[in-house]
Amino acid sequence: MQTRRTRWHIAVFLAPAVLVYTAVMIFPLFNTLRLALFTEVDQSRVYVGFQNFRTLFFDPLWSEQFWNALGNNFWFFLIHMLVQNPIGVALAALLSHPRLRFAALYRSAIFIPTILSFVIVGFAWKLILSPLWGIAPSMLDAIGLKSLFAPWLGKEEYALTTLALVSVWQFVGIPMMLIYAALLSIPEEILEAGEIDGITGASAFWKIKLPLILPSIGIISILTFVGNFNAFDLIYVSQGALAGPDFSTDILGTFMYRTFFGFQLQLGDPHMGSAIAGAMFAIILVGVCIYLFGIQTRMRRYQL
Amino acid sequence: MKRKILSLAMMSTALVASAAYAQEATLTIESWRNDDLALWQEKIIPAFEAENPGIKLVFSPFAPTEYDAALNAKLEAGSAGDIITCRPFDRSLGLYEGGHLSDLSDLSAMSNFSDVAKAAWQTDDGSATFCVPMASVIHGFIYNKDAFNELGIEEPTTEAEFFAALEKIKEDGTYIPMAMGTNDQWEAATMGYNNIGPNYWNGEEGRLALIEGTQKLTDPQWVEPYATLAKWKDYLGDGFEAQTYPDSQNLFTLGRAAIYPAGSWEISGFNTQADFEMGAFKPPVQNAGDTCYISDHTDIGIGMNAATENAEAARTFLAWVASPEFAKIFGNALPGFFPLSNEPVELEDPLAKEFVSWRGDCETTIRSTYQILSRGEPNLELETWNASANVIRGAETPADAGQRLQDGLASWYAPHQ
Repeated sequence: MQTRRTRWHIAVFLAPAVLVYTAVMIFPLFNTLRLALFTEVDQSRVYVGFQNFRTLFFDPLWSEQFWNALGNNFWFFLIHMLVQNPIGVALAALLSHPRLRFAALYRSAIFIPTILSFVIVGFAWKLILSPLWGIAPSMLDAIGLKSLFAPWLGKEEYALTTLALVSVWQFVGIPMMLIYAALLSIPEEILEAGEIDGITGASAFWKIKLPLILPSIGIISILTFVGNFNAFDLIYVSQGALAGPDFSTDILGTFMYRTFFGFQLQLGDPHMGSAIAGAMFAIILVGVCIYLFGIQTRMRRYQL
Repeated sequence: MKRKILSLAMMSTALVASAAYAQEATLTIESWRNDDLALWQEKIIPAFEAENPGIKLVFSPFAPTEYDAALNAKLEAGSAGDIITCRPFDRSLGLYEGGHLSDLSDLSAMSNFSDVAKAAWQTDDGSATFCVPMASVIHGFIYNKDAFNELGIEEPTTEAEFFAALEKIKEDGTYIPMAMGTNDQWEAATMGYNNIGPNYWNGEEGRLALIEGTQKLTDPQWVEPYATLAKWKDYLGDGFEAQTYPDSQNLFTLGRAAIYPAGSWEISGFNTQADFEMGAFKPPVQNAGDTCYISDHTDIGIGMNAATENAEAARTFLAWVASPEFAKIFGNALPGFFPLSNEPVELEDPLAKEFVSWRGDCETTIRSTYQILSRGEPNLELETWNASANVIRGAETPADAGQRLQDGLASWYAPHQ
């Protein structure tokens, strides 16, 4: 009888990834969650249980900032869902049109901003929209719409929406590429069969292609959700850690940064900062779970 | 390295007779002033080493934004330099309490400094001083002399004259009356509120009363500066809401704006950027003849790493930093950063001279939020940024801003409860 040999190669091949991932992701994550349960009294660390979370949610000074940041985060996400993803799908649909010329050129041009650094994007848009040196006011002036210009980044009511749209501009290439790939994978025969049944043009898109790319749209939505609730860079680069004007662009990322590392005269508080990071983690976890168990399992899939 | 030590050892045995008395020490200086690297290497270090053979200095600065984190990490790891450049107030106090900075109260050269100058690097009760005050910055207004001459405007001394001048510049329309934006928020607080404020709360008197809890941020002397700031709105450029700090600097140095609410640290930059003549006037008083108060804010100090192995050499260096000789080199090389020693230093730059001359005419104070009051959450300094920007944008009334700040302060600061 042959004894079962231990399959060492599985462990060996898994080890590098598991070790690296544990060191740079899993350990810091749990350590952050652990840190949230402590506070500092007289330069020594004291265990306080969920006190930091109680402060965060129920102390008016903290909770006001927290809910403001969370609300702003939802608005940021909503703009992406309403603007970025539909535009991404529309662009992909246009690009996959067989008779479109220069498709490769458009595809690259639209995708390029995605690979730019946040710092460059934030700075460039800040200059474009600057009321002093920007080209936005003079361009509007050239078509006689100067009156529509406002210092958007400096107005409480517009600043967050403006930044969300800048972020959309930067990242619209990602849904476009994913949907484009999904569209290309739809077999010609299905479309031809539809054509024989009289389904062409726009109705072919709505009735055949869209149902087939729905799983991709779902994936994009969840990527957008995670990305937006982890967002930080763009706001920090263009509005600073105080996320002005009057905290109207403050999102969880900037709130966490300010608390954790401190800013100017405010000293950093790693424990409250970790509590905020923990809350962010929980929000993202819940969001992803709702999607995975509530939506993705019910989605109809078609065997192509 | 080993070979170097070996050869040094051999040399020292050869020169044992002469070397026996001289100290052999290399002091490393931690700093955030990477802009000043050339100044240290070309002027300060040679001047010190010439007088103190046997002590070598190495200036190793970080970028300002990285300094605090990097310094903390190095101190924890025991690899920080011998000399530490001190931020004012709580950052350095924290280092002292953590045992990283030595008590320098017994350094005889400390008597060269006034109590206000030392306050930034003392324990709350004033019993220990742990950094030598190095430089301060003074607030005021820098203006475009050509613009003032063209429009026939004199330097305003009272608030009425100040607003009359702004009105005149606005009517003429050639220049933007005042270059300031609210996008970065701190300008509104630092160059706005804490610039004009001391004239309202009578400098040190009000600042200390606020710390003791005998005055409140809702008192008129703390709210009125906000009301005055709110009036600035009409004289700022189009779209000031999105105007950043560099935007404001450029507007002024390009000659498009007439007045710039300033801190003296702008002087050297403006000297190289602007091609017109500049003048400066101090924050206008409310009525002619009132005592004037200026913000002469202690900004840089220098102290000793408690873990240094070269304590004796470090103390020699710090005593030299406290001397008038250092003050003269430093003050002239960095116009706009004013030495804090009691002995007056002759400065050459006309604009810097103008700023520093106010010390003779006015009572000096420091920014109201820096000592003790920004220790808690919400942070009063950051709240002041926010309130000043809000008030200028017209998003909050001065009274509301005062009330909000008072409530925030009272929530954690016992003397106000």
